Amino acid sequence: MAKSVIPIGPFHPLQEEPEFFTLTVDGEMVVDIDVAIGYNHRGIEKLSEMKTFDQSTFLIERICGICSTSHPFAYTRAVEDIIPVEVPERAKYIRTIIAEGERIHSHLLWLALAGHFLGYNTVYMWVWKLREEILDVMEILSGNRNNYAMFKPGGVRRDIKAEDIPVVAKKIDSIIPTVNRLKKAILDDPVLHARLKGIGILTKEEALDYCALGPTSRASGVAKDVRKDAPYGAYDQVEWDMIVTENGDVWDKAVIRILETYESIKIVKHCLTNLPDGEIDLNIKDIPPGEGIGAHEAPRGETFHYVRSDGTNRPARHKVRAPTFMNLPTCKATVPGYTVSDATIILAAIDPCYCCTERVAVVDTKGKQMYNAQDLIRLSQEKTQSLKRKMGIK
Amino acid sequence: MSLKLRALLKSPWVFHLATGSCNNCDIEVLDCLTPRFDIERFGMLLAPSIKHADILLVTGSCNRKSAIRLERLYKQAPQPCLVVAIGECSMSRGMFIHSYNCPLPLDKIVPVSAYIPGCPPKPEAIIAGAVTLIQTIKGTL
Repeated sequence: MAKSVIPIGPFHPLQEEPEFFTLTVDGEMVVDIDVAIGYNHRGIEKLSEMKTFDQSTFLIERICGICSTSHPFAYTRAVEDIIPVEVPERAKYIRTIIAEGERIHSHLLWLALAGHFLGYNTVYMWVWKLREEILDVMEILSGNRNNYAMFKPGGVRRDIKAEDIPVVAKKIDSIIPTVNRLKKAILDDPVLHARLKGIGILTKEEALDYCALGPTSRASGVAKDVRKDAPYGAYDQVEWDMIVTENGDVWDKAVIRILETYESIKIVKHCLTNLPDGEIDLNIKDIPPGEGIGAHEAPRGETFHYVRSDGTNRPARHKVRAPTFMNLPTCKATVPGYTVSDATIILAAIDPCYCCTERVAVVDTKGKQMYNAQDLIRLSQEKTQSLKRKMGIK
Repeated sequence: MSLKLRALLKSPWVFHLATGSCNNCDIEVLDCLTPRFDIERFGMLLAPSIKHADILLVTGSCNRKSAIRLERLYKQAPQPCLVVAIGECSMSRGMFIHSYNCPLPLDKIVPVSAYIPGCPPKPEAIIAGAVTLIQTIKGTL
């Protein structure tokens, strides 16, 4: 039977962000998948080299709206690694609170979109309403709903006020009953069990081969989490569990995200009640020449930043590796073999974030002639013109 | 005001297009459609295709790859189609103004009717922008 190709995107109502999927199908079955990105590329690494170390934090925040703490966290750790310095205790706790708040809202956002993809629009609306509470908490703590601008190399930009802590703690407590109800509604639903169990399986070997990160790898039984493996911030001073499951299917990825929400709530509450006193910022003035690396466990997996300094006030090189860059290729292993109707949720299960991942393809034209669409049209028109001239037609 | 325009203003359908944004504006647009802000109160619905939409919401600093597609999309839109630039990036390209991949601001590519500033604009700002735009067309502002 002839194979057909289903193009999805680049601007598709299903997708938040522009990306282009090509599903090769044989009947209902997906046999191959390809993804093209680049519709979101803004050249952030190059822009970062034009800005000072302090200004870059704001730019890095805008790599991705949902990971707007993960990237600055990894970047500031990379800059601190160059000197190297340890940030004050209070700054570590504040960083952890903001990072975990982001994880809660990111996981809830994923849950909402997954509900939408599966036709459970009630879940979509419920979770979105619940997520607003977390955004309120972030607004109280940082002053903005999404781009928090709390991080700077050497500490945090603003303090958490003592009078805000009870308000925030109460708001965070208030979401737990709703999360409980959601968890029960989702985990006890026989339809969702039938729909999600056993589809899009990523085995442990495949997870290791593809270097999958975050919930995608933990769902396949690979216990990998930067917060546990190489603790930073206040993660080593808080009691929390790494959630690991074995099956690697979409169901397990959903379960991991729901349970991680509870762990994040636990961490935020612990950090808020045990917030140490002291300085919040080291006021770093000069960055010596050298290179540094920083990693942070973002909601989607490990975010990794590399910064090189040449002694000036700007980064000489800044390299970003977002978790989706590693997780996206796993769709080669998970999607083929399932039906087109399952492809959506399998692709969504890695919680892809294309803004973070965007790359641009550079074509080396050395010694080669390149034609773009306009060039080809011009060549075609010129040929017609020359033919006309030969035939003596004006 | 023509009858067609008056009918369209009752319930303007929006189509949302991300042309290289960081997701934040897109999520705030979605926020507007969900229970707390519920922009459907003003008859606004997210349309699945530009061919069904009356308003094109553009987020992000148009990059080389998406600018040509944006132009093509705008040509497919049934007229009258209003373009609303959401967020700092689509207004002036914001901090991406020096980027090698963001050559033109949005209003040099398609005509823009309203700008909603903010990084990202709060859902309240998006609703206020939408209501202001409708009132301006009606002439009741």
